[in-house]
Amino acid sequence: MSRPVDAEPRPPGLRGATRVLLERELDLAWSGGGGPLLACGFFACLTAVLPLAAGGDPRTLSPVAGGIAWLALALASLLSLERLFERDLEDGALDLLAIGHLPLESVVLIKALAQWIAVGLPLALTAPVAALALGLPVSLAPLAALSALIGGAGFALTGALGAALALGAKRGGLLIAVVVLPLFIPPVVFGAGALERAASGQSPAPALAFLTAYVLFAGVIAAFAGAAAVRNAQG
Amino acid sequence: MFGLSNPQRFMRFTGPLTPVLWTAAAVLLAVGTWLSFTVPADYQQGDTVRIMFVHVPAASLGLGAYAALGVSSFFALVFRHALADAAARAAALPGAAFTALALFTGSLWGQPMWGTWWVWDARLTSVLVLFLFYLGYMALRASIDDEQKGARAAAVLGLVGLINLPIVKFSVDWWNTLHQPASFLTPGASGLDPVYLPPFLTMLAAYGVLFAALWLTAIRTEIRRRRVLTLRARKALEA
Amino acid sequence: MIHALSLSDLTVSRGGRRLFTGLDLRLQAGEAVALTGANGAGKTSLLRTVAGLLRPDAGEIAFHDGDGNRLDDHLARGREVHFLGHQDGLKTGRTARRELGFQCDWLGHTQTGFDHAVEAFGLEPLLDLEVRRLSAGQRRRLAMGRLVGSPRALWLLDEPMAPLDARWRAVFADQMRRHLEADGLILAAVHDPLPIPARTLDLGGLA
Repeated sequence: MSRPVDAEPRPPGLRGATRVLLERELDLAWSGGGGPLLACGFFACLTAVLPLAAGGDPRTLSPVAGGIAWLALALASLLSLERLFERDLEDGALDLLAIGHLPLESVVLIKALAQWIAVGLPLALTAPVAALALGLPVSLAPLAALSALIGGAGFALTGALGAALALGAKRGGLLIAVVVLPLFIPPVVFGAGALERAASGQSPAPALAFLTAYVLFAGVIAAFAGAAAVRNAQG
Repeated sequence: MFGLSNPQRFMRFTGPLTPVLWTAAAVLLAVGTWLSFTVPADYQQGDTVRIMFVHVPAASLGLGAYAALGVSSFFALVFRHALADAAARAAALPGAAFTALALFTGSLWGQPMWGTWWVWDARLTSVLVLFLFYLGYMALRASIDDEQKGARAAAVLGLVGLINLPIVKFSVDWWNTLHQPASFLTPGASGLDPVYLPPFLTMLAAYGVLFAALWLTAIRTEIRRRRVLTLRARKALEA
Repeated sequence: MIHALSLSDLTVSRGGRRLFTGLDLRLQAGEAVALTGANGAGKTSLLRTVAGLLRPDAGEIAFHDGDGNRLDDHLARGREVHFLGHQDGLKTGRTARRELGFQCDWLGHTQTGFDHAVEAFGLEPLLDLEVRRLSAGQRRRLAMGRLVGSPRALWLLDEPMAPLDARWRAVFADQMRRHLEADGLILAAVHDPLPIPARTLDLGGLA
C-alpha cells in the first residue's frame, strides 16, 4: 500500500516518545526566560533576606538553618510552575501532547521529571551553600543536598499537579501557590526534619524514608489527578 | 439514596426536611448552651473548660465537612453528577467557617491555659492546615471563569486533599514528636470528666445537625441558582 | 490502520449549550467529509470530540480497521489520528526545525518523513528561523508539515487553509488528494468548499 510517505511508519515507541518529550521540556525550561537561573536567584535572595529580617545572630540562626533553607526551597520550586502547562494550553500544543502515543498521565509525569531536572537539581546544588551560610554544620552539607534532591522531586510532582489544576485560572501563579503550599507540608517537614535529626545526632534515615515515600505517593496522585485536570481544561 | 440524585426529587424530599433540621439545630444549640453554662467549673481549668464545648465540635465538624466535600467531589468526578458538585461546593463555606471557629476558640482557650494565643501543637496545626485546604479549594473554584471547568478542577483538588489530609496530619504529628512533645492538657483529651459528657455530646449533636441544615440549605440555594442561570440563558437565546 | 470512522447518535454540548444531537456519520478510507455550518454550530467541537479531546454527552465514536474490527480508542487516537486545530501548537521561542522535528517525532515518524514534510510545504528556508519570526501562513505550513512527516490515517482539520494564500492552498489540496489516494481519511471543518471531492455534512445554524 502506498502512503504519502513511502517508508514504513516508525512509531517512536514508549521510550523514544519519553525521550523526545523530555528533551523538548528541558529545552523549554532552559530557554524560556531562564527558569532554573531565576529559581536559584530567588532562592539565594530569600536566604539573604531572611537573616536580615530575623537578625544575623548565629546562635538564633543556626538552629533554624535547615528549616529556613527548606522553606526557601519550597518557595523557589513554585516559580516556574505557572508556565508548565499554561503555555501548551495557550498555543494549542497540549492538544498535540494529548494525541501522542503516551497517555496523558505519562505526559504529566515527564513534565514533572523535566521540572525536577531543570529546577530541582540546580536548587539541590544551591541548597547546601545556602544552608551553610545560615549556619548549618559543614558535615551536614551532603545530607542537605541529598534531601533537597529527593524533596525537589516531591515539589515538582505536586507542583505539576497544581499547575494542571490552575489551568485556565486568572492569576494562575498565585493560585498555584495557595493550592500547592499546603500539599508541600509533608516534604518540608520530613526534609527539614532529616537535617534536624542529623544535627542532634540522630539518624536522618527515617525522615529520608518518609520523604521518599511521599515522593512515590505524590507521583501516583500527580499522574492521575494531573491528567484529569488537563483533560478538564482541554474539554 | 441514588433516587435522590435527581435534583427535582432532591428538592422535593429536602424541602420539608430543611426547616425540621433548622429547628432541631436551634433546640439542641439552646439546650447545649444552657448545659454548658450550668455544669460545674473544672477544678484545674476553671471556667475555660466551657470553651471545649464549642471548640471540639467545631473542629470535628470542620473535618467532617471536608470529608463530605471530598466524597461529594469523588461522586462529581466519577459520575459527573451535577448534584454531587453542588454538594461539594455547598460544603466548602460552612466547613471553612467551622474550622475558623475551631481555630479562634482554640486560641481563646490557649491564652489562659498556655499563657499564649497560639501554640504550634500538632492538633492546632492540623486544624490550621485543614483551613488552608479549604482556602485552596475555594480559591481554585473562584478563579476559573468557566464554571463547569472550575467545578471539575476543584473536584480533583477536593479529592486530592481528602487523600492528602491523613498524610499531612501524619507529618505534623511526626514533626511534633521531633520537637518538645506538648505536655499540656489539650481540649477534648481523653479522661474527660463524665460530668461534662452531657453538654459535650449535646453540643456535638447540635453542631452536626447545624451543619446538616447549613449544607442542605446551601445545596438547595445552589440548585436554584443554577436553574435561574439556565432560565436566563434560555431567555437570551429566545430573544 | 484506521479504515473507517463511524459516529453514531452523537450529542455534544459546550459550556452548558447543546450543539448538536443524534449526529451520525460514516467515513471510509479514501473519503473526505467537509463539515459546514454557521459559527458556533459545533464544527470545532465535533473535531475535538473525534480526537478524544472533548467528551460527548451521548453517542459513540468508533474506529475500525480494514477487516471491520473495532480498534481500541486510545490506540487509534494515539497512533492514527492527526488533529490540526485553529492553533498551530508551535513554540514561538524555538526554531522551526526543532518544532517540526518534535511534532513529527512525538506523533510517530518515518525515516524520511521530516524531509518529505520540508519538501512538501517548502519549509527549507524557514527551518532555522525562530517560530516567532514566521508569518501566520508560514506557521500554518510548518504545522501542516506534521501531517506529511508523521503518517497517520485520519486527518481532523479545523479550517486548515484559512491563513494560506492561493499557492499554498493548491499545494495543500494536492497533499490531501494524495492522502486520500493512499487510503487516508479526512474530516475537515470549512467555510469555503474543500478543493477536493468531498461529501458535505452540514451542522446547520445555531441550535
